[in-house]
Amino acid sequence: MMELVQIIAAWTLPVIIAFIPAYAYMFRKIPVYETFIEGAKGGLPTVIKLMPHLVGMLVAVSVFRESGALDLLISALNPLLIPLGVPPEFLPMALLRSISGSGSMAIMTDIFQAHGPDSFLGKLASTMQGASDTTLYVLTVYFGSVGIRNARYAVKVGLLADLASVIASLAVVHLIFH
Amino acid sequence: MINAIWVFMILAGVVVAALNGRMDLVTNAVLNGAKQGVVVCLGLLSIMVFWLGLMKIAEAAGLVQSFAKVLYPLARFLYPSVPKDHPAMGSIVANMSANMLGLGNAATPLGLKAMRELQDLNPDKQTASDAMCTLLAINTSGLTIIPATVIGLRLQYGSANPTEIVVSTLLATLLATTTAVLLDRWYRSRERKKWGESK
Repeated sequence: MMELVQIIAAWTLPVIIAFIPAYAYMFRKIPVYETFIEGAKGGLPTVIKLMPHLVGMLVAVSVFRESGALDLLISALNPLLIPLGVPPEFLPMALLRSISGSGSMAIMTDIFQAHGPDSFLGKLASTMQGASDTTLYVLTVYFGSVGIRNARYAVKVGLLADLASVIASLAVVHLIFH
Repeated sequence: MINAIWVFMILAGVVVAALNGRMDLVTNAVLNGAKQGVVVCLGLLSIMVFWLGLMKIAEAAGLVQSFAKVLYPLARFLYPSVPKDHPAMGSIVANMSANMLGLGNAATPLGLKAMRELQDLNPDKQTASDAMCTLLAINTSGLTIIPATVIGLRLQYGSANPTEIVVSTLLATLLATTTAVLLDRWYRSRERKKWGESK
């Protein structure tokens, strides 16, 4: 069963990439290359529109982390969280998950290195990384690309959903692997 | 709220650095953060150009539309404000499928395409519409069936069973996404009450 999932994970993307143009060309007689170019042209304007948003957000995240403010926040929250079954090593990752995908990914690989991917902590980190997405990044990129200024309640919903995925990961991993 | 978070992160960072007497860290952090923003954009650019090209083919061949049919009832329920045959529906469904298959990088261009099409339907171009908020809620909570990147990293770090976390991830993501959708609906109805159904 698990080998099957692994095979599916490795094959999905290549199969899609081969299937779409082959099907379109052979069965629908579509000029696939010209169609590809036409669609691909849309990539540059979208990314250019995005860049100011991404630079603005990543500067703030970087200042917050590098200055030590993130560490302070973590050590302030630790006494509250350890009794709830939240390992201290996991907290930086949980906090960073909403603001930096590559940051939380980096902490996950740190945890793999120090405790092993098959440790309780490794499984917890894997589950949470897979079960949520980087809210501030998604928000910045998605709304930034169309020029939305007023996000209404979307920030609140995104961050609360991240909290939900941290709690859900903790609960599920405790339940399945303990 | 995004304004508050942004100011808080910068201000807290500068204050903490000042207290530690390490102002130089802030200067470096600004330069590194800005550089990272541009690097992420360039990384995104390559995959974006490719996927938008490929998706154009899929669309022209009618593949997106037939795929959409499968997830259509779910999308209808989640996005009641999007008209039945609007192109946004197809992109929303494609974005949902890419997320489920763990194709994170492929999901983003599809999601951005959906966002552009939802913007066409949006009467107030500066303010997010209901459907845009739902799209965001679903994307931030990361509905994943196969967490491909995580499996890859576990393999790299010598896990005896890299795919062991698929079931726990699926359960956690289902809980989180359901919560996100419920919160989205709840905040919407609260906003409606506050403004007296004026929207």
